[in-house]
Amino acid sequence: MRITQGSFSFLPDLSDDEIRGQIQYCLDQGWAINIEYTDDPHPRNTYWEMWNIPMFDVRDAAPVMREMNACREQYPHHYIRVNAYNFARGRESVALSFLVNRPPEEPGFGLTRQEVRGRTINYVLRSYATDRPEGHRYGGAGLNGQRREH
Amino acid sequence: MNVNLDSKLDGARNSQAGLVVDVQAALKECNVLEVLDELDRELVGLRPVKTRIREIASFLLIEGLRKRAGLSTETPTLHMSFTGGPGTGKTTVAMRMAAILHRLGYVRQGHLVVASRADLVGQYVGHTAPKTRDILKKAAGGVLFIDEAYYLYRPDNERDYGQEAIEMLLQAMENQREDLVVIFAGYKDRMRTFFRSNPGLRSRIAHHIDFPDYTVEELMAIAELMLSEQMYRWDDASRGAFRQYLELRMKQPHFANARSVRNAIDRMKLRQAHRLVSRGGSVSAEELGRLEASDITQSRVFQGGIDADDSIGEAEREK
Repeated sequence: MRITQGSFSFLPDLSDDEIRGQIQYCLDQGWAINIEYTDDPHPRNTYWEMWNIPMFDVRDAAPVMREMNACREQYPHHYIRVNAYNFARGRESVALSFLVNRPPEEPGFGLTRQEVRGRTINYVLRSYATDRPEGHRYGGAGLNGQRREH
Repeated sequence: MNVNLDSKLDGARNSQAGLVVDVQAALKECNVLEVLDELDRELVGLRPVKTRIREIASFLLIEGLRKRAGLSTETPTLHMSFTGGPGTGKTTVAMRMAAILHRLGYVRQGHLVVASRADLVGQYVGHTAPKTRDILKKAAGGVLFIDEAYYLYRPDNERDYGQEAIEMLLQAMENQREDLVVIFAGYKDRMRTFFRSNPGLRSRIAHHIDFPDYTVEELMAIAELMLSEQMYRWDDASRGAFRQYLELRMKQPHFANARSVRNAIDRMKLRQAHRLVSRGGSVSAEELGRLEASDITQSRVFQGGIDADDSIGEAEREK
């Protein structure tokens, strides 16, 4: 099941040139960009791992693309997203967020119905991918979830 | 490369054998003449520098045309070194250079990032790489101007982290040539020793431009320009006094060309304000805009030099 999270996620995956164009647009607006990755696709998982620190005062998309490709190289089977932060209101708030990498196969979610007292039903949504420990999901074995120095 | 120029040249490429491009039109289309004229107009003197910049701009334009015509494939090396005394306009020219490179399509954004040793070199192990990388990211798509570049290299201290920054710069200058142009700046003789001890750097720098010191005439012209920008005027007496001031000041230590002129004008403005306030009464608009000879002759320069009774000057001299 294809995860649809963030902008452009109902479109076909963006090409690198399209990503570069989006990033350059963000930078032209004066937004700061950071890159995050995760292998837990649950929609309520908002705390993704940061790839290096956010990039402030960057004017050109090239260094951002370099960072993104470095992240892809290290985590080819993870979800990777680019976030752009707008400081216009005095605090950093997300102005644009979109996926730039996704695992080759996305097994999707299982719905568990749990009957509790009074015939009430609790619904639990869980990703099949999270059956395996962090770092071993989506066939991404070998890295063991360790963060390499980058 | 400018879009119009591109389409024009694409058209020309279709008939490769009969490729004819109007150089004058190409020059006009990328608006680089504007910047060059601005450079001529706003900077006094600097004849050799302006000529070199025009040469470089022409070369890059032709190189762009050659590339379009399939006569060259490599991006030319654009890294430069600006040498010259303090206040001779190195940073200003670097800013114009960034604009020229941008209009000719050699850098994508055309901004200038000024960095010195403190911005690049860290305090402890592992601190330098992220700092330098950060500056390189900020400068990407523009020009990185490294002021007093020789401070990066401290041969007397082998544990100094400057060498690490130099190596990272070298790597970026080689691998990110499409993204970044680096300009090294500083005093001529110290830059020479710096390049001699870092031959890798020297070989990656295509253009060396030397900024000559200004003559008295040029400094007077600069001062007139600064005054008219700030809506001040001189009368004949104060003009003569300022020329005298310059002649004395130039012989004294720590003379920083145009920067010294600007500082002198700032001090003259202070003295004028003090004179008008302490005199009291009514002031006319004419008086508010006029600097008198006494505003200049009160300077310490006329009483044996700026170092004469100045504790900061003393400290500088002992160094």
